Amino acid sequence: MSDVSYKKIIVDGLWTNNAGLVQLLGLCPLLAVTNNAVNGLGLGLATLLTLVISNGSVSFSRHWVKREIRIPFYVMVIAANVTVVDLLMNAYLHELHNVLGIFIPLIVTNCAIIARAEAFASKQPILPSIVDGFMMGFGFLVLLVLLGGMRELIGSGTLFANASVMFGEGASGMTLQVFGDDYPGFLLAILPPGAFLGLGLIIAVKNIIDDRLEQKKKRERQATKQAEEDASNVVGGVASE
Amino acid sequence: MQFDTRTAGLVNDAPDISHLMKQVLVGLSLGIVTLFMFYGWGVLINLVLAIVFAVSLEAIALKVRNRPLKPFLNDWSAVVTACLFALTLPPLVSWWVLLVGLFFAIIVAKHLYGGIGYNPFNPAMVAYAVLIVSLPLQMSQWPGSFIFTGEWIGLGESLNIVFGAADTDWDAITRATPLDIVRTGLISGQPYSDIIIEEKFDFILFSHPMAVVSLAYLLGGVYLIKQGVISWRIPVSMLLGLAVSALVMWLIDSDSYASPSFHLLSGAAMLGAFFIATDPVSASTTPKGQLIYGASIGFFIYVIRTWGVYPDAVAFAVLIMNMAAPMIDYYTQPKVFGQANARRQRGRS
Repeated sequence: MSDVSYKKIIVDGLWTNNAGLVQLLGLCPLLAVTNNAVNGLGLGLATLLTLVISNGSVSFSRHWVKREIRIPFYVMVIAANVTVVDLLMNAYLHELHNVLGIFIPLIVTNCAIIARAEAFASKQPILPSIVDGFMMGFGFLVLLVLLGGMRELIGSGTLFANASVMFGEGASGMTLQVFGDDYPGFLLAILPPGAFLGLGLIIAVKNIIDDRLEQKKKRERQATKQAEEDASNVVGGVASE
Repeated sequence: MQFDTRTAGLVNDAPDISHLMKQVLVGLSLGIVTLFMFYGWGVLINLVLAIVFAVSLEAIALKVRNRPLKPFLNDWSAVVTACLFALTLPPLVSWWVLLVGLFFAIIVAKHLYGGIGYNPFNPAMVAYAVLIVSLPLQMSQWPGSFIFTGEWIGLGESLNIVFGAADTDWDAITRATPLDIVRTGLISGQPYSDIIIEEKFDFILFSHPMAVVSLAYLLGGVYLIKQGVISWRIPVSMLLGLAVSALVMWLIDSDSYASPSFHLLSGAAMLGAFFIATDPVSASTTPKGQLIYGASIGFFIYVIRTWGVYPDAVAFAVLIMNMAAPMIDYYTQPKVFGQANARRQRGRS
């Protein structure tokens, strides 16, 4: 297929079809690990990497895999990728790996990945599939960091605490004490209810923005229609004279 | 059978919401006065601040939602929410705790769900639960009654404490509540009767201020039932549910479980039974459903108080049953007149 629009893939992944915000896929890791921004970033990157590799390999082998066995095939490809990512993180980002724990192997069960394999990569050439995997993963990553940052900010008044588990000891100065040392903390934001409330609010904000854009488009369309009608009236008026 | 037909059956004298809400406030007033007498200005400061915050937040929410301000502000529901919430907080708590709590009550629990009449959870209890989970320190600093500390904290000083202008020696003015003392005592293995004697509580003779306040709520609640504002079903079944659960465990082992009278008269049991569990929006509405709803709240209060980790359990028990109320209503629909007969005849044929 040559009619692939990269712009559409990018907008889909980041906004209109965002894995977390719109498809509501991968909620388990999304809600569970986002109690601070760094955890969100770590899991987001792992998911992003898995999505890119799995989309690429599924697309690469799409002509040789029979329809009947495609789902087990996807699962095995994804599982192999996740194992690789898991081992890599354990080797090079050991502390982050410890913090995220079970949620890295659980990327296998993240529906966003198998959904992209089935809905996109199995029908498209390799390059668009890789771009799609990257954009879907990036949209998910942004959401994870946003939600994690929100919860961390409200819950403990910091941003990028524990950055050292990801970027090494040099990054321990990255932690921002946004509200000063006296901030009493708001435990609810860090506990699971905070994840649900936070995600709900982010989705609500996205819907509000979409509504506004839609209304604006409608008004513009009406305005151009009106202008065209006026123009044709004038033309008609001239003709009848 | 004779029916009383002095008034036409279809004349509907349903009072409006604001009337009901004002009646609730009248019912609360005795409890407020008693609480003030024992715990000082902190109680009234809480109430005034909570009302101001709640009404302002309500106005903001209505404005954002493009709803008319006047009819909704005039229904007094925000004021009642504010009062119930304020009465569950420790007096002299910092002003921002009230603001955070009321944000969750009015904005999250009420207006995000569609405003009055649409909230599945009791707003005041949502606020309380959010705060007790998030700010356990601030929420557990109950000042002791002046009859224990021997010091009446004046209005000016109370305001200073609430607005953080003065450094407060919390250890000097706070005192563990009976629920806390009994809980920690029982956990450390002290027999219940010893704790009661040591702390000089006697919840039959009303020797603790909390017990007297509970009695005041009870009287206010009875007034509401007499006025027809609330039905007797939820409060009675809730108190019975709590008392029976407590009685069973107390009879099994009176050393490691507190007595029923202690459970009924401590914490927010009375306030909860008459003023919180009876919230007409979030509670069960069918007659049989109300009995199930109330009794389950009583049972959960006992369970959470005894085996949970939080000081009081009314908020959690009410929220759990708020969740179950639609299902209870679904299964306890009263039979339509004549339906039972129809079924019986069908069975016979």
